[in-house]
Amino acid sequence: MKDNIISEMDVTTDKIKISARDVQVYYGDNHAIKDVSVEIQDKTVTAFIGPSGCGKSTFLRCINRMNDTIDICRVEGDILIDGEDIYDSNVDPVQLRAKVGMVFQKPNPFPKSIYDNVAYGPRIHGLARNKSELDDIVERALKRAAIWNEVKDRLHAPGTGLSGGQQQRLCIARAIATEPEVLLMDEPCSALDPIATAQVEELIDELRQDYSVVIVTHSMQQAARVSQKTAFFHLGNLVEYGETDKIFTSPEDPRTESYITGRIG
Amino acid sequence: MPASWILLSVLALTLIGYFLARQRAVASAGGDRRLLHSLPNYYGLNAALAAAVPALALLCAWMIIQPLAINSYISNDLPAEVRAVPGELSLAMADISRVADGLSEAVARGAITTEELDKLDAEASDVRSLLAGVGVALGSDVDAQSLDLARSYRAATNTGNILRNVVVLLVALAGMAIAVMITNKDFRARNFVERAILFLLVAAASVAILTTIGIVFSLIFNTVDFFSRYPADDFFFGTRWEPSFSGRGGASDLGFLPLIWGTLFISLIALIVAVPLGLMSAIYLSEYASKPVRAVAKPLLEVLAGIPTIVYGLFALLTVGPLLLDIFGRDGALGVNWMSGGTAAMTAGLVMGMMLIPFVSSLSDDIINAVPQAMRDGSYGLGATQSETLKQVILPAALPGIVGAILLAASRAIGETMIVVLGAGAAASLSMNPFDAMTTVTAKIVSQLTGDGEFNSPETLVAFALGMTLFVITLALNIFALWIVRRYREQYE
Repeated sequence: MKDNIISEMDVTTDKIKISARDVQVYYGDNHAIKDVSVEIQDKTVTAFIGPSGCGKSTFLRCINRMNDTIDICRVEGDILIDGEDIYDSNVDPVQLRAKVGMVFQKPNPFPKSIYDNVAYGPRIHGLARNKSELDDIVERALKRAAIWNEVKDRLHAPGTGLSGGQQQRLCIARAIATEPEVLLMDEPCSALDPIATAQVEELIDELRQDYSVVIVTHSMQQAARVSQKTAFFHLGNLVEYGETDKIFTSPEDPRTESYITGRIG
Repeated sequence: MPASWILLSVLALTLIGYFLARQRAVASAGGDRRLLHSLPNYYGLNAALAAAVPALALLCAWMIIQPLAINSYISNDLPAEVRAVPGELSLAMADISRVADGLSEAVARGAITTEELDKLDAEASDVRSLLAGVGVALGSDVDAQSLDLARSYRAATNTGNILRNVVVLLVALAGMAIAVMITNKDFRARNFVERAILFLLVAAASVAILTTIGIVFSLIFNTVDFFSRYPADDFFFGTRWEPSFSGRGGASDLGFLPLIWGTLFISLIALIVAVPLGLMSAIYLSEYASKPVRAVAKPLLEVLAGIPTIVYGLFALLTVGPLLLDIFGRDGALGVNWMSGGTAAMTAGLVMGMMLIPFVSSLSDDIINAVPQAMRDGSYGLGATQSETLKQVILPAALPGIVGAILLAASRAIGETMIVVLGAGAAASLSMNPFDAMTTVTAKIVSQLTGDGEFNSPETLVAFALGMTLFVITLALNIFALWIVRRYREQYE
């Protein structure tokens, strides 16, 4: 418990990494996100929780402008990363996504070798000057994603041949190989068994040292285990945002309390 | 009673069976349909199927077998020297059945009575003009023996038909009766109908398979016949294609190589045109085009696939050929004098390529769309641009399917005929120049079989050997395409 308090204190001293102000998202006529303002701190794990369809994934996808790939989606309001508006017309969404990595709900390794999966980002962004540098990047990323020992002897085997949990860690390795500053995770454990989930959660906790991690999850236990800050979404609104311990022990909003006690959702 | 009446009677029995069985089932449950094992319709359908299916199957089989049986029975009476030669025999039998049909027609129209027919004498009366009077033209006068045989042919056919009608009706009646008899409220009609539908579907599927087998066999027999008259190595390795027609003018050179060279050359040109254009339009349509553009452009592109190939042939002959001649001909824009006439491998190849564009693009479009969205998301999420995603993730994932599409297009190209007939010329040559006139296997099959050559000379039988070789090549290509698609498909997910 004492460790926990110390880490909470660390958190409060950290600077703001992502700051969203009055964000609105529309899918066609559907107003999916309403007036969401949130400040996400650096080197912290922030969890978005809420019932299905509450807009938490949609909001997550605004942070790296993945919603741009959906024709009917429209985003209003400001999202700033390090004080810079990512929806500014000067910002190249492709560059932004290199800085804000993303891990998806379902493991989605490319139909390539394990090595090529991890080397994909560094190659397209030209992060390595030569083959041995690329090898180093791949090895580092796989080690950071805690999968190196399992795959080091078969780097050139197809990534699709791994188990579900290994595939998801491979996808995390792929995301961190481009050296992002923020890592977005959209229900990264929902397709995994409990053991693989535990491995990924452990990994998320370690990644906090270097990255600002934002994770969407359906599991409140998971949010409580891995995050320091929690945001509760309901029907497109950000209902409550604060320290994870506080949200789960003494929520201010009655809706939050209903959700975490299992009455709604 | 003609076959159509039998058909109608069977259908009537089917309907009667349907209503009888349905009624009987409902009655056996005392009018409460909840007590029935199956819905009332199933009892009706069961009886209907029992009446129709065996009877109709028997009718079909009978109609196929009866002429064969009568033929072999009649041909026993033909002179031995006629029976010895297969061509003569079939010719004589065709004459006899034609005379027999003519006699039936004459009786039906009242030009002659049945009694007169029995007494008809080939020497005394002019059978040929009698039949001409009812619209059946014969090639020669009818001699006494043919007339006799035709009479017995006609008698046998009539007896057979009557027997057929009786048996078919009996079978339909029996089927209906049995089905109605066993109908009661506990009878599992639904399961029977389910089985019957399964068999109907299997039968439908086997028609296509049996047809394929039939085609292969008809090719094989004629091909074997050809190779018994013409040496196989001269055919496969001969470099000259100079058939002499009507058996006059001595031996023919029937070398396969110039034809397959033309086929492969023209197909290659077609694929060089169709694959990049088709693939790029597929990529544009599936990845870049907005919804409205796609909704208009995709059907427009697929209209190309609906144009008959003869129209493409005309386009090649009238537009593309002269255009190419203006550029590459003697007084053309480039002044290179590579091309001496509008018909050339290049003309046919270009037009065939255009024909194949929708084929490649439509298949590739489906395959690219089948690549999971998660792949695109994964790549965009790493900061890849659209074309990087395409090049490095989507195309590799879709590659096996695309290769399959290309190979299918290739077998279309190899089998294409009309564009070649009109666009490529008729000279079989082993030229390397794409602006020379060339011809293909398919075009030569057409030219060897049109005209009035008999099916007993190497010059006509070679068409079957060509067809067989082509069939084997395209079959191999298709199998290879399917193999590639299957082999690499698993790596998707």
